[in-house]
Amino acid sequence: MNMPKKQLMPKWFYQMASPKWCYKITGQLLPIFSCTALGLLLLGTVWALLYAPPDYQQGNSFRIIYIHVPSAILAQSIYVTMALAGAVGIIWKMKIADMVAYACAPIGASMAFLALITGAIWGKPTWGSWWVWDARLTSMLILLFLYFGVMALYAAMGKPSKAAKATAILSLVGLVNIPIIKYSVEWWNTLHQPATFTLTEKPAMPVEMWLPLLIMVLGFYCFFATSMMLRLRTEILSREKRTAWVKELVTKS
Amino acid sequence: MMRVFWAELSRDLLIAFRHKGDFLNPLIFFLMVAVLFPLGVSPAADFLAQIAPGVLWVSALLATLLSLDNLFKSDYDDGTLEQLLLSPESTYMISLAKACAHWITTGLPLALMAPLLAIMLFLPTQAIATLVISLLIGTATLSLVGAIASALTVGLKKGGVLISLLVIPLYIPVLIFGASAVQSAVDGQPVTAYLAILGSMFALSLVLAPFAIAASLRVSVSS
Repeated sequence: MNMPKKQLMPKWFYQMASPKWCYKITGQLLPIFSCTALGLLLLGTVWALLYAPPDYQQGNSFRIIYIHVPSAILAQSIYVTMALAGAVGIIWKMKIADMVAYACAPIGASMAFLALITGAIWGKPTWGSWWVWDARLTSMLILLFLYFGVMALYAAMGKPSKAAKATAILSLVGLVNIPIIKYSVEWWNTLHQPATFTLTEKPAMPVEMWLPLLIMVLGFYCFFATSMMLRLRTEILSREKRTAWVKELVTKS
Repeated sequence: MMRVFWAELSRDLLIAFRHKGDFLNPLIFFLMVAVLFPLGVSPAADFLAQIAPGVLWVSALLATLLSLDNLFKSDYDDGTLEQLLLSPESTYMISLAKACAHWITTGLPLALMAPLLAIMLFLPTQAIATLVISLLIGTATLSLVGAIASALTVGLKKGGVLISLLVIPLYIPVLIFGASAVQSAVDGQPVTAYLAILGSMFALSLVLAPFAIAASLRVSVSS
């Protein structure tokens, strides 16, 4: 007997698999996210640099936190996004998910790099040295290495579909490893202050300080969404260049 | 299931035994790298004793890393790998057997040779037993995790450096706990906690890594 095929996921999930539909919907979402990102980042930066009170110990040098913390949070979330997109690509054989994972890698690597650089600049006045072998710094550095590995594997594999599967496996293995790496280096050596934001506890800093930080974090997320969609759309066009709809789109404009 | 495991394991071991270079080269490399440290840093006994746990562990890690390149290469080149994957047998067991054979031909000899190097580097004698045990457990994890990267890169022409790039970040936790175990044995501290963590990382990779190895091999063999 033929059973009707049951849909496991909501309808939009399957629609998203169509490059054409995805190109269209990201085209609509793009202005929303880019404007929100611009607004939040402007508001957050101005508030953080001009109006937030200086720290009672670190003075004005603490203000780099408004770049440092968002980029560190993003570096980790983007890795998770990349690995999950890779998993979706493997499980549902979805080309769009492969392209999302591909689009994520360099953005995540630059966020990890930004977190390390701002950390070094912040470390100089606070700890007295550019670099210390502290657990959080080391685990961020290892995260950057994981991104490098993923990007190197992409570059080495020729065919996009094969590269996507291989890097998805690698990023999933990395995802399993991230907590292990995090806790192993944490046990190994710790100097860094504890996490600024946790979901369960109230932040230790006053509201005038953490509110702009929250805005910056949200702004960074929107910025990530914007740049990811830009990369995704370029990737869709280049991989689908032989299809009728892309030809029509290119000739029309 | 177990029949496939033993068949694959004995085949790989036989091949390794016929090509003696496969398991002698990493050993010689291990010896040579460990010799570079007294030459390059300082031959003073008390200084060497201080860095010996780290040096021995890093050298063992690098020796394992270099041997990964050959793990699937010859089987891939002559088409055996494709036949293994086409066969109805469990690819999980085949992958596990391959990683196991790799450990027996590299990790096990490395761990057994470590006491010799430990004496040359003036590692305090009370730490030698811990060094061997930590290397035995740790290199098994290294073989399992390394096999994933080896499987991912087997189809590529220039795999060598790429493998190191993929695998070193994943090796860091093993290195930290392995070297810490030896260090705390040197200091006369209890080592069971470190060995237990190494053991749990081994257990985790023993169960999960073969899935990733099998999936990676399928990707590499696919056109």
